[in-house]
Order: sequence, then C-alpha cells, then structure tokens
Amino acid sequence: MDITDFYDTFFEEAEELLADMERHLLEIDLEAPDAEQLNAIFRAAHSIKGGAGTFGFDVLQKTTHLFENLLDHTRRGELTLRRDIVDTFLETKDMLHDQLDAYRNEEVPDQEAFARICQTLQQLALEEIGQELEAASGTPAAPTPAAPAAPEPEKPAASDSEPAESASGEQTLIVALLNVGEKDRGLLVEELDQLGTVQAQHGDEARYEVTLQTATDRDDIEAVMCFIVEPEQLEIQAAAPAPAAQAAATPPPATAAVTPASPADDAPPAAKTAEAATAAPKKDENKPEGGKPKAKKAKAGGESSSIRVSVDKVDQIINLVGELIITQSMLDQTVSELDGVTHGGLLNGMSLLQRNARDLQEAVMSVRMVPMDYVFSRYPRLVRDLAGKLDKDVELVTEGESTELDKSLTERIIDPLTHLVRNSLDHGIEDPDTREAAGKPRTGRLTLSAQHQGGNILIEVIDDGAGLDRDRLLAKARDSGLAVSDTMSDDEVWQLIFAPGFSTAKEVSDVSGRGVGMDVVKRNIQGMGGHVEIMSRKGQGTTTRIVLPLTLAILDGMSIRVGSEVFILPLSTVLESLQPSREDLYAMAGDDVVLKVRDEYLPVVAVHSALDVADAKTELDETIAVIVQGEGRRYALLVDDLIGQQQVVVKNLETNYRKVPGVSAATILGDGSVALILDIADLHRLNRAKKEARRPQHAATDHSTLFRKEGEPS
Amino acid sequence: MTSLTRNADHAASEAHNREFLVFSLGEEEYAIDILKVQEIRGYENVTRIANAPAFIKGVTNLRGIIVPIVDLRIKFHLDTVEYGGQTVVIVVNVGERVVGIVVDGVSDVMTLTPEQIKPAPEFGVTLSSDFLSGLGSLEDRMLVLVDIDKLLTSEEMALVDSVGE
Repeated sequence: MDITDFYDTFFEEAEELLADMERHLLEIDLEAPDAEQLNAIFRAAHSIKGGAGTFGFDVLQKTTHLFENLLDHTRRGELTLRRDIVDTFLETKDMLHDQLDAYRNEEVPDQEAFARICQTLQQLALEEIGQELEAASGTPAAPTPAAPAAPEPEKPAASDSEPAESASGEQTLIVALLNVGEKDRGLLVEELDQLGTVQAQHGDEARYEVTLQTATDRDDIEAVMCFIVEPEQLEIQAAAPAPAAQAAATPPPATAAVTPASPADDAPPAAKTAEAATAAPKKDENKPEGGKPKAKKAKAGGESSSIRVSVDKVDQIINLVGELIITQSMLDQTVSELDGVTHGGLLNGMSLLQRNARDLQEAVMSVRMVPMDYVFSRYPRLVRDLAGKLDKDVELVTEGESTELDKSLTERIIDPLTHLVRNSLDHGIEDPDTREAAGKPRTGRLTLSAQHQGGNILIEVIDDGAGLDRDRLLAKARDSGLAVSDTMSDDEVWQLIFAPGFSTAKEVSDVSGRGVGMDVVKRNIQGMGGHVEIMSRKGQGTTTRIVLPLTLAILDGMSIRVGSEVFILPLSTVLESLQPSREDLYAMAGDDVVLKVRDEYLPVVAVHSALDVADAKTELDETIAVIVQGEGRRYALLVDDLIGQQQVVVKNLETNYRKVPGVSAATILGDGSVALILDIADLHRLNRAKKEARRPQHAATDHSTLFRKEGEPS
Repeated sequence: MTSLTRNADHAASEAHNREFLVFSLGEEEYAIDILKVQEIRGYENVTRIANAPAFIKGVTNLRGIIVPIVDLRIKFHLDTVEYGGQTVVIVVNVGERVVGIVVDGVSDVMTLTPEQIKPAPEFGVTLSSDFLSGLGSLEDRMLVLVDIDKLLTSEEMALVDSVGE
C-alpha cells in the first residue's frame, strides 16, 4: 500500500474538515459557546493534524498542533472566546487552507506565513492563558522550555517523546485490535510491520494485541489503521515500560481505554511523561460524546454512502443517455406506423422502453444537481469579514439552500453572486447610525434565497439597505455620456448599473465601486442562459434577482413548424399562443406590425421573415402567434403550427460550427434530424437588424414587404 | 516531363508518397489527404441554417454530433448543383472540428509520389492557391489537391466564429 495513494483522500477530507471548522466558528455564540461545537472544532483540527503527520506534511502538522492546543484550552473553558479570538481562529483556518493547497500542488508552504501564524497563536496563548503553547519540535516559534508547573496537558516540547522511547527515538507500543476479523487483522499486522517491527502478536478476535517497536507517532499509526478499521476498534498504548520514570504515572492500559472521559485532562499531571501516556485515552475522549469524528468515518470505507466521481464521467453518461433517448424516439416513430393488433407485444415493449429511458434520463440528470447550499455556505464568512471591515452590522439569512441546481452552473454562479453580495454590503446596507436615524434596526439584513420556478431557478440577493438612488443614477449616467432621460422607467434606470464602467459609489473602496463588475455579472449570467432583474425602493432596499435555467443539458421545449422546418422554443419563454384575428393586427410605421392582446400591444416577429423560411404561411390570420418573453421583452412570434411539447437534449452548435444569430443551440428530433433551438431575445434583435438593413431599399412599404424573402442576409 | 519533375521538387520535398481521396465536382477532379477523412455518407436530413452563406447547406446529425455541411460545388461556383442518390458527403476532421463537405461523387484513393505533385499556379479569385497543396499529375488526369484544413478554417468559409457576426 503506497501512502501517496491516499493524498487525495486526505486533501479532500481536510478540506471538508476545514469547512466544518469554519462553519462552527461562525455559528458559535460568544456569550455561551456550545461545548459540542467547541469539541467539533477541536476534533477537526485534531483529525487534520493526525493526517498531516501521517503524510509527513510538517508545516501543516505543526500549525494544527499549536491550533489544537489553543482549541483544547478553549473547550475546557480556560480561554474565553471573544470576537477577535474567533477572527484569529478563522485566520488560522485560512492559513491551514493555504498550506493544504500548497501541499496539494506539491509546493512548499509559505514559511514566513507559517512563522507568523505560529507567533500569533503563541501570542494569543500568552495573553489569554498566561502561558506559551507547547510547540511541536522544529516550530519556528520560541522553543518552549520545560514548564513543569504549568497545567499543560499536551505533550511536552519534544512532543513525540513517548514513555517507552529508546535512544533511537523508537518506542514499544501495544496495539490492540478489538473485534477485527481475521482477514483485516492480517492486513493490519502487515501494515504495522511497515511502520516498525512487530515483536509479538497474540489474542483472539475480540482482542488481538500486537507489540510494535516503532519510531512512528501513535497518532500516525491510528490514522493509518483507520483506513481499514473504525477508530473504536483500536487501542494503542505504550508497552509496560521498564524505565522507572513512567512507572508512577502510567495508568494501566485497560483502564485508560475503557474510561474515555478520563479526568487526565483536568488534573494537572505530576510528571510530563505521564501526560504523554495519557494521550491515548484523551484522544478517545471525544468519541463517546458527539459520535466519532466525521472524517474517520469516511475513511473507514465500505460504510460511506457517497462516492466521488469526476464530472467528465458524469457528462459522458449524460451524453450517452441523451443518445439513447434519441434512438428510442426514432424507434418509437417507426413502430408507431405498425399495426397495433399484430404487433401488440412490440408496442408494449416500446412504451416500457420509453418510460425506462425517461426515468434513466431523469436519474442521470439528478446526479449533476447539487444543492444551493454548496454556493450559499461560502457567504457567512464573506459577510462577516466584510461587515467587520465596513463597520456595519449585518445579519445574513439564507433561504432555499436545498434547491438543486446543475453543478456546472453552481460553479459559475459563485463569482457573480459574490459580487452582488459585496455590492449589497458596501452600497446597500447603511452603517448602524444611519440606519437608526432612518428608523431601521441597527443590524442590516442580507437575504440570499433560491427557489425553483418552472424550469428556472430564481436566486435573489435581498438587502434592506438604502436602495438605489434614481436621481444619482441618472446624473451619473449623463456624466458618463449615456443616453438617458428623466422619463425612463425605474426598470430601465436600474439596468443602467449594468453598463460597463458605471459606478455610483461615492468613493472607491477595496470592496467595490470601481465600476467594473456589474457588467461582468450581467454578461456571466447571460452566458449561462439567464438574466438579471433589479427591484429597488429608495430607503427600503434592493433585490437583485438572477433567473437561471436549471440545467444546460436538457431543455423543455415547444416544437413549432414554419414552412417545412421545425424549430424549438424554450418552453420557459413561452407565455401563451393564440390565433390572431385580422382586427387585432395593426400596421405601424411602415413595415412594423403590432398585435393587440388583451389591451396590450405587442410587436410581431415572423419567424419566416427573421430566418428566411421559404414556404411559410404569409397570411397573418392563418398563422399562430406565440407570445414569448425574453430578457424582459415580450413579443408575438408568428409560426405556422404548434407541434407539441417535448424535452430535448441540448447540443452545442459551436462545437463544430459557430454561433448562429437567433439560435441558441440545436437538438436532435425523433426522426434523427436536427432542429434549431431559437434564442428569443436574440431573434428579436436579429429581426430588427434585418429590417434596418432592408429599410433603404423599401422605404415605402406595405404589409407584404414584411414577409418578403430577402436574398442576402444582413 | 523530366524538367517539370525537377521544378516540382521543392513543393513536394517535405512529403513522401501520400494517399489522397479523389472526388469529383462537376467535371473536375479534386483530392484531399486521406488522413483527414473520417467517413463518407449520403446527403440527407440537412437542417438549413438561416442567414448563413449559400454554400453552408446547414447542419446534420452524425450519431449525436451536430455537423455543419458545406457544399463545395456552390463554393467553387459550379454551374449545376443537384442533389441525388449519388450526392456524397465526405466527413472530414479539421483540427478539433468535424465538417461534412458535399461533392458529386467519390471515385478512388490514389497514391501520389512527391514527383507527381506539382506546385499550384496562381488561380483567380474563386479558389485561392493558398487553399491548394498542389496539382496532382496522373497520366492524363489532373487532380486539384485541396488543403482542406486551410480551406475550411479560412475566414471566407465562415465556419468558425472568428469571422464575427
């Protein structure tokens, strides 16, 4: 077994542990810290330390060691948490993360930062509990001289020194395996043999003792063994030592193991050597309380209920299932022409196949879906830090964390969302005094919410801050040379903030206000097939709403026919469809036509005109008008026929071709032919551009020119 | 003949014997490097793409992949462009992309020695000599050797996005 094989597992676990740690640190109530939470934070640090030691990540191990000591004091109530201490802890957590990243990239962690964080932790220890921490050997912090009187339960300066330590740094340990089957036992003994010299082994399945001569730290041994067995199945003690030094203090091994909550922690041990000996029971102390540490459970293998799979593999399966669905609909089409009486069995089989294929598709798609919690969980920290920096009191509320979204989208939503959160904190929420003066609670509230709506997910960033200032936005827009007027609707004014280089921040801070960003936010979101809406009321706050499709791989579509061609409209853009009557159609400014739908006049875009379809119906009242909405614009799309609704697998046109105006992607229909998926917003632009291009040639026009087929595209 | 061979030396010096797929466009014979060819299939089920140049016939479904179809006969301004049972699509790999080209027929695979490949003279506007890797001389036949990579990725083919909208 090559230990490097487990690097990745360790990195991932450590990352999860750090995330847990951060979450607990953020949640902790400074007035009355929850003991279980303190323990959880301690356990996380401890588990990382163990792993780091096993894999020889020195810097990481030493940092976590110091950190763990401090946390130990904290959970025993010797160190009272304050906000700035939590800040330091969070900083330490960040540092651990950096170190982890460095190891992951096979780099050497930043030594300076390491020295600094050790210094900080030592300082904190000195100030708060009046003593220095025991440094792991080789720590750049001041070496700790023996401080025998101090109530220091952790290992002494030469932390690895064990009771049975021999001159060469080796020690004799008794590793007891409890309830371990014969097969695993063999493996474990083999494993132990790699770590040192197995001197003796005896016992039965219930308790099997291995005497090991080794230079390896017992934590490390435990960490290695935990790949195979549960930590409860393991007991490691120093072998009954010969040297007189420990004789007094070493508790009998059995006692230590069965009294996990041994008071060893609280009673100042008489001799240093004794402390080391009690390290084993101390380690066990956590387990009966909050269940065993999470990471170890995952390590144990076999019990874990999830696996990690690369996204590529999942995508490949999704593609294959897409192909299967297409093949299935092709078969379906062929079979539907057969006589139902003579081919009853085949038809039954086909309908079964159809159902199974759909179920399979849904199941596979759900693999890609991850809860929004994945995104939201990174904001408590950001909000806390930013609020601190800006001297604002902000409470973060998240709603709908369990709403699921395609993994690729969650990753791409993080940056834009972070930007919006920063904006809300910086520009939106006022400082406490201003809020009080305005009659609002001193603490601002920032809400992140996610919910499904049809085939879309709505993600909202809501603040109860000052809201957007219409006049200032307009003034600023004029200064920047944008074309604006006082009669613009609020919606149009709010959209101004998405203009490149636009910022109304009174001064540029390092948080926001440089005017880059909002346009990038909008572009990013449009790139994901979504759009951004802003609602704001002065003095009451701003809501930024991001509307995104749930997934990019599958689309609920409505197939329509124009002439002999079939197109797909994204169902999410379709509001309704109706048969227009001639009385409801009005000509406007030459070749424009509007359709009156329930007291609303909608511009009309004929698909055959925008996309040059040859044999389409041109009589307006023979066509069907589909009312569509895209990028906040609503219009009527004229088509020949509606064929039906279907789920289609989205195929990128740009893989082998290029972006086509008015078209977002393509799909494959049941008969194996390709249909284009229309891009509603882009189609409108395309139609406009085409009209403008032909205007000079047909200055004076009547209805018929609207539907004239143009030879050359614009 | 011998003097011609000598003239052609520099053009063919980097290549040894190469195999070409010979196809016809009207009366003319063209050839492309066989290594670029993925498969040959019939012309069917092509979905038109609006607002694209006339020689881009549309896209088709090649086992789940959307592949654009280019009609070289239109691109090269041939007089008669008909689609029938003999119309063939040669699916070629150009870089990472897959493109189908419509031709009147595929005749055979030829091996050309470096001596048989002559440099292409300057042509007119229709087919720039930039897109030719030479002329293949084969007894009484002349093959126009098309550099399909350069042709299909060129701006005038409008197959890639660099052209802009």
